[in-house]
Amino acid sequence: MSKEFIKGNEAMAEAAVRGGCRFFAGYPITPQNDIPEYLSKRLFEVGGTFIQGESEIASINMVYGVAATGVRSMTSSSSPGLALKSEGISFIAGSRIPAVIINVARGGPALGTIQGAQQDYFASAKAIAPGGFRCFVVSPSTVQEAADLVYEAFEIADKYRTPVYVLTDGVIGNMMEIVELPPMRDPEEMLSSDAWRITKYNDDSSARQFSTYRPTGEMLTVDNIAMAELYEEWQEKEQRWEAFMMEDAEVVLTAYGSAGRIAKSAVKELRAQGIKAGLIRPITLFPFPNKAYENINYDKIDKIFVVEMSIPPQFVYDVELATKSQLDYININTSGGVIVETESIVDKVKESM
Amino acid sequence: MEKIYERPSFTSPAIGMGFCPGCSHSTAHKLMAQALDKYGLRDKAVLIYPVGCGGLGKDWVRLNNIVALHGRAAAVGTAIKKCNPENIVISYQGDGDLAAIGMAETMHAANRGENLTVIFINNTNFGMTGGQMAPTTLLGQRTTTSPDGRDIERHGAPFKMAELIAELDAPKFVGRFALHDAKNVIKAQAAIDKAIRMQVEGKGYSFVELISLCPTNWKLNPVDSAKRVEKEILKEYPLGIFKDFE
Amino acid sequence: MPKIEVNKEFCKSCGLCTVQCPKKIIKIGSEVNSKGYNIAEQTDESQCTGCKLCAIVCPDTAITVYK
Repeated sequence: MSKEFIKGNEAMAEAAVRGGCRFFAGYPITPQNDIPEYLSKRLFEVGGTFIQGESEIASINMVYGVAATGVRSMTSSSSPGLALKSEGISFIAGSRIPAVIINVARGGPALGTIQGAQQDYFASAKAIAPGGFRCFVVSPSTVQEAADLVYEAFEIADKYRTPVYVLTDGVIGNMMEIVELPPMRDPEEMLSSDAWRITKYNDDSSARQFSTYRPTGEMLTVDNIAMAELYEEWQEKEQRWEAFMMEDAEVVLTAYGSAGRIAKSAVKELRAQGIKAGLIRPITLFPFPNKAYENINYDKIDKIFVVEMSIPPQFVYDVELATKSQLDYININTSGGVIVETESIVDKVKESM
Repeated sequence: MEKIYERPSFTSPAIGMGFCPGCSHSTAHKLMAQALDKYGLRDKAVLIYPVGCGGLGKDWVRLNNIVALHGRAAAVGTAIKKCNPENIVISYQGDGDLAAIGMAETMHAANRGENLTVIFINNTNFGMTGGQMAPTTLLGQRTTTSPDGRDIERHGAPFKMAELIAELDAPKFVGRFALHDAKNVIKAQAAIDKAIRMQVEGKGYSFVELISLCPTNWKLNPVDSAKRVEKEILKEYPLGIFKDFE
Repeated sequence: MPKIEVNKEFCKSCGLCTVQCPKKIIKIGSEVNSKGYNIAEQTDESQCTGCKLCAIVCPDTAITVYK
């Protein structure tokens, strides 16, 4: 397998194609434009289809329609665009249709900034849209991980018939790194089961209907119990995280996504200065990796440094839940649009020790 | 004795359609079903339903169907057709759906010349939500949100969707028909047949607007509703074929 | 002899067939279906020409025509 020096957005786009993506619809918004630009040529080379939608809303609805026919489909956008897409994501989740959504987030609220940001934590992991549904949410810290997660996202989406949401930002999207791209999957091998998708109508048993309206609360209850069970299954089986230098850690940091890689540098720097630091870096934001925090030695450790590029902080609430409020939570946070610096993390940790 | 007119195959034989008495959604469903039966396309058809009364049809048809978000049927249909060209994709939409919230998707799908059949139910109001003013509401027409009648100063003039779409370069067949009497139903049937046949032949985008009865929200019985179409609506919305590239 | 058959459960009593019939031999009858609609009926079968117009205008495809 060859290694390539490639930009995050393009790596995710190529990984999507290799993961079987054959349909993309999107609308221009910075800082994710490389994804549609790349796919507008690349998808046609592999017999796929690309559409530049007339709007964010049209684009997510194109994904909704074509994903219902079993074609692996993706859209990407950035924070304000995701707000427009939210109703469509709700339909995809409510109809139990697989799809992949990339948010190369920017600072918010509203237009905010285009620089690196983590202001979309709640909007991605908690409440993408009204209705109480969740996506399977992952957040990469490196370009390699971004490519790997997008590649795998299509498998997860098909396995659970769910939208998979990749939350990243301009830091990862616009960074170039050396990446080993995953192999090309044969789309013939991964056409998802005919049991649910729109195929040819043969008789009444093969007629597919996608509709999220339920005339009675009892009918909705059945769907929603199934949804809750799905999320429990994820909590059990799918929590992912990286525990970096945690074995002997006396100082614990936690961060995800682009802040996660900076916190990692801070841990290395602290170690170089003789401080036994470690990092818990969630990779899945939903299901949140509670298990990662169970291994903390609560007899010895009484505080955790939560690094996040969001003001006010958001991610810290999940950390507090996962650690059952047993620690002091020290936020090291910058606003979306301001990249948190290794030095400031190191200084804050040393100051609070 | 021979049956010379019977129920088309895609509507359920067991249950009648649940639209109100005299509602043209039922008529439009019948015509779509007859066209698909005529060309033997039921197995390949994908019906895109809107949000609104039209979406209720899903409970009585027996073929693949998908309910789009409000106004987005043309976008959903675009993608399904592009990735599955063998499917016969019909985007079935009402006037709130197609001409208000979904105007962008409607116009762009038409302007791209997608190989789709769009069936547009124009009953001059938002039916399901209780008869509010729609983009197609006639001047002077009283609705629950234009209680003094639609006023051009306050609300603007009615949208003439068929004429608007016929102005674009890409659409191949655009026309307005009515469903209030048998003579007009026969013409509408011919238009729907043609629109679907053109899709089969890959000829491109077709748009069939159907002036429809909504007796419940018009607060008229079905027979008087049919008279209203003849007397009032057809003056504002002339029938005819506005574009035919065949 | 042409005739029509009205599916009693599908008829919603809308009356469009009654105004459409050129011979004026369809009316809303007194028989009521399970949904509470009075059912359309043919009053004089001998005059039916099998023109199908009633069936064509019927929104609910409640009418089958024989010839």
